[in-house]
Amino acid sequence: MHVIGENLPAYLEGFSVTLRLTLLSAGLALVAGLVLAALRVSPFRPLRAFAAFYVELLRNTPLTLVFFAMVFVAPRFGIVTPLGFWTAVICLSVYTAAFVCEAVRSGINSVGVGQSEAARAIGLTFGQTLGEVVLPQAVRSVVPPLINVFIALAKNTSVAAGFAVVELMGVGRRLGTANAAEGLWVLVGIALFYLAITIPAGLIAGAVERKVAFSR
Amino acid sequence: MTSVLYDVPGPRARRRERLGSVIGFLVLLAALGGAVWYAARNGVFGVDRWDVLFDPPKNQTAADVWRFMLVDGLGATLRAAVVAAPMALVLGLVLAVWRTARQRWVRLPAIVVIELFRGLPVLLMMFFGLLGFGWQAFTAVVFGLTVYNMAIIAEILRSGLASLPKGQAEAGYAIGLTRAQTLFTILLPQAVRTMLPSLIAQLVVLLKDSSLGFIVGYAELLKSMQNNAQYFGNQYYVALFVAGAGTYLVVNLTLSWAARWIQRRTTRTAGVAPVADEIAVQSAAGIR
Repeated sequence: MHVIGENLPAYLEGFSVTLRLTLLSAGLALVAGLVLAALRVSPFRPLRAFAAFYVELLRNTPLTLVFFAMVFVAPRFGIVTPLGFWTAVICLSVYTAAFVCEAVRSGINSVGVGQSEAARAIGLTFGQTLGEVVLPQAVRSVVPPLINVFIALAKNTSVAAGFAVVELMGVGRRLGTANAAEGLWVLVGIALFYLAITIPAGLIAGAVERKVAFSR
Repeated sequence: MTSVLYDVPGPRARRRERLGSVIGFLVLLAALGGAVWYAARNGVFGVDRWDVLFDPPKNQTAADVWRFMLVDGLGATLRAAVVAAPMALVLGLVLAVWRTARQRWVRLPAIVVIELFRGLPVLLMMFFGLLGFGWQAFTAVVFGLTVYNMAIIAEILRSGLASLPKGQAEAGYAIGLTRAQTLFTILLPQAVRTMLPSLIAQLVVLLKDSSLGFIVGYAELLKSMQNNAQYFGNQYYVALFVAGAGTYLVVNLTLSWAARWIQRRTTRTAGVAPVADEIAVQSAAGIR
């Protein structure tokens, strides 16, 4: 049990890497996902097709495969990615953007048709309709699923441990192999740190969801 | 909905759209051409980079390479998924039923288990098996996939039960069924049916997550790709990756399309379509 206390600095170091991975990838994925969602409902068919293709492709690809492509295959094309942290951020954002797009799109679909009909009727353009009428209303039904996507992202950062990034899971693997007799306790400590991220985020998602449900 | 956001394209807009399609297509073609040229300059398309798939060096036959990837690699991936999926479904069902218990203290353990495993990475659960309990890689992978997905499946079934109209349970009680009879003969069959697309989507996630075995040293498809590349030489990474990633996509897309087909069928026959559709989309978005 005291293996956790003895290695607290290592735990905290891993925790901060996990946290930075999560926040940076969440920011990038949010921007990319919003752009993708806008493309997905745009009046221009080629853009719609591109966004749909991207989402379908990434949603059916394991995250491990994305990492694998970036770390082992991309260098064969002469693209040498900066190893470690930033490669992980790129992979996680590329992957999560597809799920952000889906969450935002289902939010857009949840806004009443009458809203955009009315906006079109008074002569707003596509951009104005989407930006000033539909999206502001979509936000409240988008937020809970979006938080869930980001919780999944926080858990997914653990995959980076398999590709030379020493975040929380990587620390757990190192400590667990070094103190084989106390492997269970080492991992319990890791689990606590993950729960420190995912449980509060889950509670927030639940609270927002209840609030949205009431205001409908 | 999406079609309401803009006018139906008239002749002028259609002409513009066609022009834009052509330009976009050309830009895409140019980008693709540039990428191909760039890759070709790096020798990616040389026969010496691809012959591993049809005429491998080191006295191996193409059949050996493909058998190693498809029978051993994909076989191991599917075996882990096929063992873990039924266990996750059964345990998920047990947890979902347990969660409906009337007394708070009875259903508390189920809630704790669900919330705990939902909040932890699958990879961590696999490492629990591997380092914490000292199991073999296969057992660790199956353990990780099972405990994580049973929690998610319990959650899916719960939201399916919650989406049913109250009258269903009330009618069951009114004709004198017990709580258990109402749950098993009236509520659960409907909940499973509404949530079938989500359940299948979750099975796709389970299959995708089996690739985490790569990290804990389980010789599945991804690992067999890497083993091949290390045996025959790093120059074959591209060819082997194309073969392996293609295999993943074929398997996963087939399952996803099956989910969508079932969803279309159920929305056609069941009257509860719109609610179920929205919930399915939302829980599919929280994938993993």
